[in-house]
Amino acid sequence: MGEPLVFTYNVDGGDFTSAGQASVMVKKNLNQIGFSPEVIRRVSIAMYEGEINMVIHADGGVATVKVDDNCIEIVLADKGPGIADVEKAMQEGFSTAPDEVRGLGFGAGMGLPNMKRYTDEMSIDSTVGVGTTITMKVNY
Amino acid sequence: MKIEIIRDLLNADVLCGEDRLSNDVLSACGSDMMSDVLAYVKNQAVLLTGLVNSQVIRTAAMMDMQCVVFVRSKMPSEEMLCLAKECGITVMTSPMRMYEACGKLYSEGLGTGIE
Ligand SMILES: Nc1ncnc2c1ncn2[C@@H]1O[C@H](COP(=O)(O)OP(=O)(O)OP(=O)(O)O)[C@@H](O)[C@H]1O
Ligand SMILES: [Mg+2]
Repeated sequence: MGEPLVFTYNVDGGDFTSAGQASVMVKKNLNQIGFSPEVIRRVSIAMYEGEINMVIHADGGVATVKVDDNCIEIVLADKGPGIADVEKAMQEGFSTAPDEVRGLGFGAGMGLPNMKRYTDEMSIDSTVGVGTTITMKVNY
Repeated sequence: MKIEIIRDLLNADVLCGEDRLSNDVLSACGSDMMSDVLAYVKNQAVLLTGLVNSQVIRTAAMMDMQCVVFVRSKMPSEEMLCLAKECGITVMTSPMRMYEACGKLYSEGLGTGIE
């Protein structure tokens, strides 16, 4: 493939209505490139969960998707509050989301474990008060 | 089950995606929590929900679903319908409540897709 393809999106933290827009665009792009439905679905769901997290927990951030020769890398970087205990945050059912987020259909504490499940590699680099960067890879 | 049969069984109005009414779907799910849909749903092609926001459509799109049914006569916004058209999702609204709508489809043979 030569030069990797890179897509970058600003994820707006102020407007919940638009949360997930970047993932919809990534899905469309991967479709056009011709990836299999299975690979596209894995990337889409993992990125969508992470994008929603950036909006509800971190006031937005930047999403970068890189298409390499044998993997798709998703990097979600924010300058939000950070995650104090990453191990705890990775547990199914752990959520600090307020009730109004649950009224919007999110906040069950399923996102991070789901991102891990749908990707081949995932790492979380987070510092309280500084921000969070999540890197995920899906091999194809 | 064809999407048009779902429309008939649920007494629903189709709001977009009429061109796919003759498509066949194999299973469905019902939830107001998109978190749970993303975590537990596998290959279900239809989502029944009482939640109305853009994330319902985006969640269905991420999961390659074909049809979203809003229960209790809930009406999506124009913006949501635009998004659904863009994503190739048929949207309908039914006067039934969640329990009744799911029960109706299930009893007519539209399963959960989970063995
Ligand atoms: N980008 C982030 N910045 C700060 N905290 C985060 C971020 N992402 C996740 N968290 C923390 O980790 C917890 C678990 O995240 P996870 O996505 O698993 O669940 P949730 O977002 O609360 O609910 P769900 O994903 O089911 O809608 C969150 O409640 C939040 O406390
Ligand atoms: Mg989440």
